[in-house]
Amino acid sequence: MSRPKSWLFAFLLAALYTLHQDFWFWSAARPLAFGFLPPGLWYHACFAVAACLLMWFLVRAAWPSHLEDRVGSAPGEPGNPESGKEYRAS
Amino acid sequence: MISAAVVFLYLGIVLYIGIFAFRKARGTGRAEDYFLAGRSLGPFVFLLSMLGTHMTAFAILGSSGHAFHNGIVTFGLMASSSALVVPVLFFFAGTKLWALGKRHGFITPVQFFRARWECGHIGTVIFAVQAALLVPYIIIGVMGGGATLSAISGGVIPYWFGGALVAIVVMSYVFFGGMRGTAWVNTFQTLLFLGFGAAAILVIGSGMGGFRSSVEALLASPPTAALLTRERVPPLFFLSYTFIPLSAIAFPHISIFCLTAAKMSHFKKTVILYPICILAIWMPCVFLGVMSNRATDVPRIQEKIQARRTLAAEGARLSPGERDELKEKMAADDVMLLLLGRYAPLWLAGLLGAGIMAAVMASDSQILALSTIFTEDVFAYYGAKERFGEAAQVHTGRAFVIAVTVFAYAVALKAPQTIFDLAIQFAFSGYAALAVLPLAALFWKGSTKWGALASTLWVASAVAGVAVFQTSIPAPPPGPGIVAWSVAGVDILTRTPAGTAVAGFMPVVPMTLISALLMLLVSAMTGKPVNGRKMV
Repeated sequence: MSRPKSWLFAFLLAALYTLHQDFWFWSAARPLAFGFLPPGLWYHACFAVAACLLMWFLVRAAWPSHLEDRVGSAPGEPGNPESGKEYRAS
Repeated sequence: MISAAVVFLYLGIVLYIGIFAFRKARGTGRAEDYFLAGRSLGPFVFLLSMLGTHMTAFAILGSSGHAFHNGIVTFGLMASSSALVVPVLFFFAGTKLWALGKRHGFITPVQFFRARWECGHIGTVIFAVQAALLVPYIIIGVMGGGATLSAISGGVIPYWFGGALVAIVVMSYVFFGGMRGTAWVNTFQTLLFLGFGAAAILVIGSGMGGFRSSVEALLASPPTAALLTRERVPPLFFLSYTFIPLSAIAFPHISIFCLTAAKMSHFKKTVILYPICILAIWMPCVFLGVMSNRATDVPRIQEKIQARRTLAAEGARLSPGERDELKEKMAADDVMLLLLGRYAPLWLAGLLGAGIMAAVMASDSQILALSTIFTEDVFAYYGAKERFGEAAQVHTGRAFVIAVTVFAYAVALKAPQTIFDLAIQFAFSGYAALAVLPLAALFWKGSTKWGALASTLWVASAVAGVAVFQTSIPAPPPGPGIVAWSVAGVDILTRTPAGTAVAGFMPVVPMTLISALLMLLVSAMTGKPVNGRKMV
């Protein structure tokens, strides 16, 4: 991931985390969304949707495909029963 | 009893799935196949099973019970913070863990730590702390099973029998099916409890005559109007709860599950859809938990409300024993089931009860994880695998599954606290603070085994310290807590009605921050691993 992109994602994640602490709705029971959802619940439902959108953006723009590329270059190939033996039993 | 019969049918189905998985895997005898389903899970099973592994009785029974007494704040406390933190952990740490697991053949987190930090017995210490913290989580499942079956049958099936039955069914399909059976059962269960939320909202909403009038009625009375705000929880506690989802990457059952995906790209759907799945499961439970306060025509719900009022009004005059008695009456983990019993037709209540059962039985993954870490990190590591062979390792894993289940059941019969409290105070907080280990191992080349040891010992002592503190000072009545230690007028340590506060925060905050600090300081002062650091 390039440096500007890393900063953009760090900023978006920090911003969303900050938005989770919505003290401004703390004591409000109205207005009710759809006539029955209080703001403290409605806001956090929207927050979950926003988290989903951010995850979609993260997966689209910054998927760490290099990790998968490195998998094959191990001492033992994946699926090989001997693979990783040195760590599992000594 | 019709609804209990539907639940019995459900238990039969999951048992069959587990045994079917056993038949499919029979003859391979390989540890990787039993403990990791041969690293072969597809994207659909991986997403649903991961969700089923992460969501337990706590998500449905604990959340509705907590919302019943504390209001809508429950959703923001655990659900929406998890909706952000957990997929971020999967994206950054889960994928990296998967790649290292596939590359080096790791089955457990401790195997990775041993290789990464070039340590042996320190890995065993980490194993011991992981195992000790996992047991309460397993107990939650057994307690939830007993409570659910008892409530669904209207008390005909006693708690002890319900708990035993659920424990036996879970133990059987984990024993036979291993990770493959557990993953398939979890997929089926997750589909059930995803459907449960929508169905429960529709049935109970129409039974109550619509939610608009119920919400207006709650708002009309000051004590219940507060449930539609977040006034019952201080903002610092709310902030503290955002640390809890860090536990996801430290839980052995979650980190081990990260290794089961056939391809790394299978994480994509999980990362993107996780927040929506959490919303779909938690929102109905929290909302219906709050709405239960309107169901005053259900005698057992009325009893809970009355006990809450008595505790709030007269708590200060009562003895600790009398307060505990009232708290026991207030225990609200069964409100969802009581609502179903009141508003759903019998057969539908059975189906919805099976949906709840699905969440309750998520303890299967923890039982399997405990068995996996024991056989890999202790049995195999100390040479028994070489001596007795891989088949003996799998047999030992199965024997361990039985031992753990029996132990969890015995403790569940005696455990006095509600599901929610037990989970939060010990397992979740401890694992959140332990998240420092995988994060440091994966992302900080400078981390060392001594830093890891310092963090682990700190977490173990802090969890034990909180337990001792809460046992030695009985919970005060609702209202201001008992200040045990203050410095210059600032309350440092307080026993609150629900647990412990450290400078206004939940203990998980200092536990995690100090754990991270110890990792930094001790690692900076000690020698770095030579080959292990090249791994990441």
